[in-house]
Parts: sequence; structure tokens; C-alpha cells
Amino acid sequence: MTHLHLAVDLSGAGAHPAAWRTLDPDQRRAAVDTLTGHVGTAVRAGFDLALLDDSFTLAPAADRAVRGTLDAVLVASRLAPVTSGIGLVATVDTTHTEPFHVAKALQTLDHVSGGRGGWQVAWSTTPAAAAAFGRKDVQDEADAVDEAREVVGVVRDLWDSWEDDAEIRDAATSRFVDRDKLHYVDHVGERFTVKGPSITPRSPQGQLPVVVRVGSPESVELAGRVADVVRIEARGVDRAAELVARVRTAAAEAGRDPQDVRVLVDLVVVLGADDGAARARRGLLDGLAGSAFAPATLQHVGDAASLVELVARWAPVVDGFTVRPASLRADLPLLADQVLPALRAAGLAAAAYPVRTGSTLRDSLGLPRPASRYAAV
Amino acid sequence: MTSKPRKQIHLGVHFPGVNSTTVWSDPRSGSQIDFASFEHLARRAEESKLDFFFLAEGLRLREHKGLIHDLDVVGRPDTLPVLAAVAAVTQHLGLAGTINTTFNEPWEIARQFASLDVLSGGRAAWNLVTSSDAFTGENFRRGGFLPYAERYERAAELVAVARELWDSWDDDAVSPDPVSGAYLRPGSVRRIDHVGKHFQVRGEFPTPRGPQGHPVLFQAGDSPDGRDFAAATADVIFSLHSSFDDGRTFYDDVQARLAAAGREPGSLKILPATTVVIGDTEAEAAELARHIRSQQVPGATAIAFLEQVWGRDLTAYDPDGPLPDVEPDFDGADITRGRARHVKDPRPVVAAWREQAAANGWSIRDLVIAVTSRGGFVGTPHHVADEIDRHVQEDASDGFILVPHLTPGGLDDVLDRVVPLLVERGSFRAEYSGPTLRDHLGLAHPDAVRRPAALAG
Repeated sequence: MTHLHLAVDLSGAGAHPAAWRTLDPDQRRAAVDTLTGHVGTAVRAGFDLALLDDSFTLAPAADRAVRGTLDAVLVASRLAPVTSGIGLVATVDTTHTEPFHVAKALQTLDHVSGGRGGWQVAWSTTPAAAAAFGRKDVQDEADAVDEAREVVGVVRDLWDSWEDDAEIRDAATSRFVDRDKLHYVDHVGERFTVKGPSITPRSPQGQLPVVVRVGSPESVELAGRVADVVRIEARGVDRAAELVARVRTAAAEAGRDPQDVRVLVDLVVVLGADDGAARARRGLLDGLAGSAFAPATLQHVGDAASLVELVARWAPVVDGFTVRPASLRADLPLLADQVLPALRAAGLAAAAYPVRTGSTLRDSLGLPRPASRYAAV
Repeated sequence: MTSKPRKQIHLGVHFPGVNSTTVWSDPRSGSQIDFASFEHLARRAEESKLDFFFLAEGLRLREHKGLIHDLDVVGRPDTLPVLAAVAAVTQHLGLAGTINTTFNEPWEIARQFASLDVLSGGRAAWNLVTSSDAFTGENFRRGGFLPYAERYERAAELVAVARELWDSWDDDAVSPDPVSGAYLRPGSVRRIDHVGKHFQVRGEFPTPRGPQGHPVLFQAGDSPDGRDFAAATADVIFSLHSSFDDGRTFYDDVQARLAAAGREPGSLKILPATTVVIGDTEAEAAELARHIRSQQVPGATAIAFLEQVWGRDLTAYDPDGPLPDVEPDFDGADITRGRARHVKDPRPVVAAWREQAAANGWSIRDLVIAVTSRGGFVGTPHHVADEIDRHVQEDASDGFILVPHLTPGGLDDVLDRVVPLLVERGSFRAEYSGPTLRDHLGLAHPDAVRRPAALAG
């Protein structure tokens, strides 16, 4: 049986808007210490990768639960030296950023993590983000997604602009690099041009895995065209199967092997020792939030055993799951202690990390490591 | 009689960069890009209780005669992710990095520095560099859009907007109240609305204020505009003037500008970059320094350096032979892109060099070694400690940024053998006294920001 790919979203305090309100007094701990603990639990669980969301703007001011955000690449880089095994996927915008900076920031995450970096591609269509930068008018979805496509393309060119063996340290000829192995990308696009090469040498993975969250039809096309990992939201298997088919079709239309995209469905979990306990937790969280939490995707409120059954039912339809614990503090330990071990025992998930320490995120995802596109054949 | 406490020395380490100061041909030379190298230097600096670790930046690979320059180290990481990673393996060491003010936008860069300050517990510093050339601009959306004369104006406005953004969150904005459901104290985050010549920035900043309030600001430009900018805006000047006399002159000049800007003496620290070479005897140290200089200037590097001045190709000349018998090409286009051109009219310089070379019997290589030497401290550990201390006690500087020639261990013996001597004489800390970089540098924290809570309802 094929192993499912398992990602965990570690954004905020969890998927549920009231998750932070059930934190114990220990919440005075620095955010980074708390997050380091969560990543440690995610490693223990054996997730392939952890996702960190990011945005240039606060959630609507009316939402008093807004917490503020830290730059996701910097958070991931801060976590890298004190974690191992798990991929660290940072969200980076393409609408208001410089592609040259985006490329080297992610390469550097890959360098400091020993090849565990990944990029969750984002784009901005809000007036608030446009006003924060003051450089462009607000863009609609089609325009922003098209720009994202162009940015991903040039970032990938920059990631390849140094061949792997460009650094030669040839004392005899006093040459540190072989300049024939450094390539100008010479990107000339409608929106911007970038000369290159990157300032940063080719990173351990060469190409970081790219994650795209699907929502709009434009994003489906983008996902098919550029993504290694695609996140879909679906409440039922039929909807999921339909989205998977659309993504695979988009990949084929872009000239790719449809199986090259790994489609993961978002799965919100509220876990408990038994179904009753889980429902009680859910009730408590909804009560604090003042309304029922209704994510636009699959949700499991129950015990570990029933979650494993659900995963087994969905396994034929998707390539894996992006688990979104309702509360990181409460749900991650249960995932680590009960859920993922059971998935491994059932042959649904790959072996845990001690076997895989030192491997890259591409290795975890079953992606081969490509040579630079500029390398002479 | 109580003794006046000695003026405290401030010390940083500079991770080796991409000019010929860095020797890569030595077998002990390690990777410029592996995290292990950054970790090594940072941990050693923290063991010796240094103020900060410094990382420079590059935004375009240097070119010489139209080709990528391959004689020096090439390739560097992105500054801020490395500093964030170094934050994970250190507890007190300041984390300073160069970030360009022309090819960055305030909302994004202010977020990144606030994030680094939060993630490090208050240790972030920003070295402001204003380069704006079209060559570098080819990697960015707007190209070489900024007139050279406006670079400090843009930098000043960028910093002003960043400060407004950092100040838009109260220090205690993050006050989770599980009962009321408010994560932020009501009224503790304010919109900003900046309309200026270079920037229009509006909105609610999404990132909490770091423990330092504002990251420490370094400034590195030496021109009069640069010094005025530092006097108005910066907390630290990263200076080029490491010799005693030059240092004294620069120090007095900057203090005068500081006073004219209405700031307190001591609110701007002056830190020259310098190299340090130590030996068990003066002779041993001098010999090691000579050896390092010859490693830094192999023949090809010497030729390339002269080509920058002559403005023409000189590869036909033997580096161990006499100076080129041709005249410099005064009208030659900039033959080297990506670094500051130091020589405007080469002819008097070349004439002076010919005289020196003739008087000393120097080859091309000998001459280049001689004219590119930047001094630095050379001697026994005691002699070097005496000199460093003298510079600081007599106000030729407030300390130094130590630059190794070898990555990553080039300062290990200096940290082991010189710093304890400074501690012994009471000129350098034996322990960190506070958690933030502002604490280490003796800088005030910006005024706490707290607005009265909004009325309920």
C-alpha cells in the first residue's frame, strides 16, 4: 500500500479561533519556545512537513482574537537548528515581494535546515496589502495568480542559477568558482525582469518543494502548473475526488505527469479519549468563540481510532492529508502518541524519523533531486 | 579614592565576506555557506561575551571586465534567515546584518526586523547600506530607479516609516485575556498613514513590537552625507578608520555632528572594522601577518586590482614583474561592477605607485600588498590588548568589529588570548549584564509605547 503524505499546519495556536483561550498560564512562555515544542511533537509524530502561514496584514480588526504574525521564513529558520527530520514550509507572498529576495530567503532556509525547506506560495488581492506597500493597485485573483506563476518561474530559475559544482576552490588558478557554472537567469517578463545569478549557492535540495493551496479556478491551474504539493479543502470524498481530478488535469495540460502532484486534503481534528470527550472539547471551544466553527473542509471530532478509520476511507482518493489540529497544545500530543503510530501500524504512513534523520523534504515526499536546469547535458 | 570605571570596549565579530580579506586557499578555510560555519563563529563570540555577530549582504555577484569575478569568495546567504538560525544557537549575542535601503520596502523589512527581535529575545540590529546602482538594480523590479543623490533621503524616510510601524504596537499590546477573548489589549495597535516622497504606507502593522522596541541601527557610509545620516539616525557607526590618528579625527568629527543633531554623547557608538593577527612574539606575529597578506593577494588578484585602477586589461603582465609600462585609461568605463570605485583619476595614483615601486624594488604583487594593507592590530596578545584598550580609552573608537581572514575559525585564538586580557584590566565584560543588544551596547531603549486603553464598549 502506498504511504500517505502527512503534513501538519502549525499556524497560530491551532485551527480553531478560540484555541489560544484554552492555553494554561504557561502561555507567558515566549512564542518561539511554545512553537519549538509543537514542532518537536510534530517530529515525534512523524509528520513529513510542518506548515507556517503568513500574511502581510492582520485579520480583520473586528476579530479581537488577532494575534499578530511573525515572518514565516524567519520563524522556520529559527526553528531549523533545533529540529530535525521534519520539513519546514514557510508561506511567502509573490504579489508585493521581490522575486530575487524570495529566492535567496528560501535557499537560505534550505541551507540552515540541511535541506528541509519548502515554500507555500501566497498572493495578495486585498486593498490592505496593496496599501501597506503603496506600489501597485489592488490586483484581482486572475492577475495575482498569473503574477504568482511568473514569480515561481523566476525563483526556480534563480535556485538553479548556480550549478551544484560551481564552487571549485582551485588554488592553482586562483579561482574560487568556475564562472561557467554560474548562470544569468535573464528573466524578461511583463511585470519585471531579473538578471541573476542568485547571490546564494545552490541549496541542499536544489529545488525546494512548492506547495499551493487551491481555492479559485485560477489557483487550480497554478497548482497543476507549478506545485509539488497541492492543498485542497473538501468536506466529502466526492468533492475531494473531483478536485483531485481537476488538479491532475491541470497538471497534464501543463505538460506534467499528473502523478507528480501530491494532493493533500485539509483535515481539521478535535481529538479526545473518546468521541464524547472530543465533542465536549469542541463545544467548549465553540462556546468561547461565540459561534460554531465550520471549516470549509473535512473535520474529525472524535477519538484516535475513528480518525484512523476516516483516513483509511479517504486514502484511495487523496495522496495525503494536511492535518490542522483545532488546538496545537491539545491535539498534537494525541496525534503523536496515538494517531500516527496507528497509521504506521496500518501501513498507511511511512516509518518515523529515526529511520529518516538526515534526509531532505524532497526525500520524504518521494521527489528526486534535480540537477540545475542550466547544467550542460 | 574610588577609581573611575574604565570606558568599556564594545566588540563584534564580522563573518568573513566576499572580498580578498577572506582567504579561501588555506586548507583550514571552511565553507562560506554551511550553517556550521556561522554557528562556529557565533558560539565562539558568545563564549567570549562579545556584543554581536555581524553578517554583510550582497545583492548582485561582483563582475570584473564583464565577467563574474571568480578570484575571491563568491556566494553568501540571505542575511536575516541566517541571523534567525543563529538566534537558535545563542542566548545573548547580538545579531547584526546589512540590509539595503534602496531595494527593500518598509512594510516588509520592518516586519522582518520586528520578527527577528521577537525570535531572538531582543538582539536584532540593522546595518543600513544605501547602494542604489543600476547594476544591482537589474535584479529588482524597479531597476536602478533611485538617483544616487537621493539614496540617503530614501534611507531616512525608510527608517522613519519603519519606526512608525514598530511604534504602532504598544510594548504590552500582546495581553491575552482568555476570558474576554481579546488577544491584544484594546487600542494597543494603531493604523499608520504615511505619505511621503518615497513611500506611501497605510494600514495596521501585523507584527508585535520586539523587546528592544526598535532594532539597533548601524550605518556604514563614510561620506559627509553618510556621517550626517548616522548622526541623525543610527546607534552605531561601522567605520573604516581603524588607525589611531584617523580614528581620533573621525571620532571628533562624528561627535560634533552628533551634538549638532541634538543627541547625547555616547548615544552613537563608533566601531571600526579591523583585523587582528597575534603571535607569541612580535616577530612571529609580523611574519604571520605578512604570510596572510600574501595569501590574500595572489598574483591574479594583484593584476585584477591594478586593472580596476588602470581601467584596462593587464593580464599580459607578470604579477611578479614590474608595474605595467602603459598609462592608465582615464576614460575607461568602470571595469569592475558591484563594488565602490575608489579611484576617480588614476593618473596621480599611478605616478605615486611607480615612485614607491622603484624606491623599494617592488613587483606588481608587492605593490598591491603594500597599498591595500589596511593596518589592523599585529603583535603579541598583550601588545594587541594594550593597543585596543588605548584606542578606546583615548576615544579613537568605542570598540571594534573583528574581521577574520579565515572562515570560520580565524578569530578563535584572538578570542581565546586577547579578550581575557581586556577583561582582566576591567575594560571588557566578564559576563553579559542584560538580555538585549541595547543592554550590551549601553544604548537606551526607545520610550515605551503605551496608549490608554480604549473605553469599553
